[in-house]
Amino acid sequence: MFRLATRFSAALARAAQAQPACSKHTLPDLPYDYGALMPYVSPEIMQLHHQKHHQTYVNNLNVAEEQLQEALQKGNVTKVVTLQQAIRFNGGGHINHSIFWNNLSPSGGGEPEGDLAEHITQDFGSFDNFKKQMTAATVAVQGSGWGWLGFNKQNGGLRIVSCANQDPLEGTTGFIPLLGIDVWEHAYYLQYKNVRPDYVNALWNIINWKDVQERFAVACRQ
Amino acid sequence: MDVFFRLLGLIFLLPFIGLSAPGKFFWFLAAVFAVNSGISVNLLHIDDYELDSKQDVYKLPDLPFYYDALEPYIDAATIKVHHQGHHAAYLKKFNAALAALREEDPYHASLSAITLLRKLNTIPKSHRSAIRNNGGGYFNHAMYWTTLSPNHEHRDRFPKGKLAADIDKNFGNFTQFQQDFNIMAASVFGSGYVWLNIHFSKAEAYSLNLTTTTNQDCPLTVGLYPILVLDVWEHAYYLKHQSVRPGYVSDWWSVVNWDAVSELCTWWLTKVMQQRDEL
Repeated sequence: MFRLATRFSAALARAAQAQPACSKHTLPDLPYDYGALMPYVSPEIMQLHHQKHHQTYVNNLNVAEEQLQEALQKGNVTKVVTLQQAIRFNGGGHINHSIFWNNLSPSGGGEPEGDLAEHITQDFGSFDNFKKQMTAATVAVQGSGWGWLGFNKQNGGLRIVSCANQDPLEGTTGFIPLLGIDVWEHAYYLQYKNVRPDYVNALWNIINWKDVQERFAVACRQ
Repeated sequence: MDVFFRLLGLIFLLPFIGLSAPGKFFWFLAAVFAVNSGISVNLLHIDDYELDSKQDVYKLPDLPFYYDALEPYIDAATIKVHHQGHHAAYLKKFNAALAALREEDPYHASLSAITLLRKLNTIPKSHRSAIRNNGGGYFNHAMYWTTLSPNHEHRDRFPKGKLAADIDKNFGNFTQFQQDFNIMAASVFGSGYVWLNIHFSKAEAYSLNLTTTTNQDCPLTVGLYPILVLDVWEHAYYLKHQSVRPGYVSDWWSVVNWDAVSELCTWWLTKVMQQRDEL
């Protein structure tokens, strides 16, 4: 047993050395000004959400990854396991928000076109049905989490899924994220207080369907 | 209980008859103080919810303080939305969940809110989530309001008597307890609570422990009896503190009602002793 453990630790250490050093993650710029999504999302929320919440996920992800590299190099399996939670929280937070900022646009709203529109009609009956279902699923999230429109690589279908906390859609379910709606209270509280449905309904006015369509096109090609 | 205090207030007025002016003034002050100072005389706010008896329809009592009474520590706007928005919504959905449960499972629907939460895992699966989230939300917020009180004197607050001794016994000292509590508060990811609980071991013997729960889960479900709670859902602090949860936690210590926390120990002890045969 001891020899097995030593060999395993040595293998881990070799694996760590073979990997290039991670470059640090950075906070992506928003593709629009903080005030651009008015009146649907206030500039105060956009600034806090981007500069405080997303930045914190980026910072903490960098710290967790550094610690992970160190633990791998030392063959410290316990530490590797302990770090998984921080990587999930902060890695998920960074992934999710990076998608979210691009899912929104001051010139967004309306309905999708092309292949995505066809698939939505196919899988949900109509765009209105899809919108109702996605709104309901997102509003129903208990506590903190996200509502997602995801793409199932295995059968080419679209699915509405909600995830808790910062669990990333693809990492948790395998579905590829196309459109995400953040319903952590920090995403809307300063403007909408406890009335989450009003916030989710407002977001439909600024959904960047071009971005969602591009993600769908990429997902189909995979 | 309101009526009881009003009668008590009237009784205070009786000695007015035959008293000199300073005497009358003294009695008047005493009456005003007794009614308004929040002296509960062994009454807990949580009693107003009647959580330990079966109710057809639970209610949302007024808070035992005005919405601005916890200023500057917790702002009025937050308390108002927290009570009238969030807590009220959990109540409405809890009553609806109980009505739905009553249709299919009269046994469980005949249990008190506290017993339902203690026996959550025996509730039929199709109803469990609604009871867990909304019954939990109703109970958790009732506990939160019960363990808060105004601090107009801006004094540091500490537990006293047996509770203080129990905290020292279980955590080393009060400072260590606060540090442990603060670490747990920072560690809750997403929505949840930090709890100080009684853990009963044998007849009347107990220890204290700190736990966290996610969303609206509560310690009753795992056999613990909570005596102090901190709500760390973002709605509890976002209007004033935004992303800075530690600022809210630091402020919260100034409005902890340690008398209520002590009384909750006795409250649970009495109930557990009464139900010992059931357990």
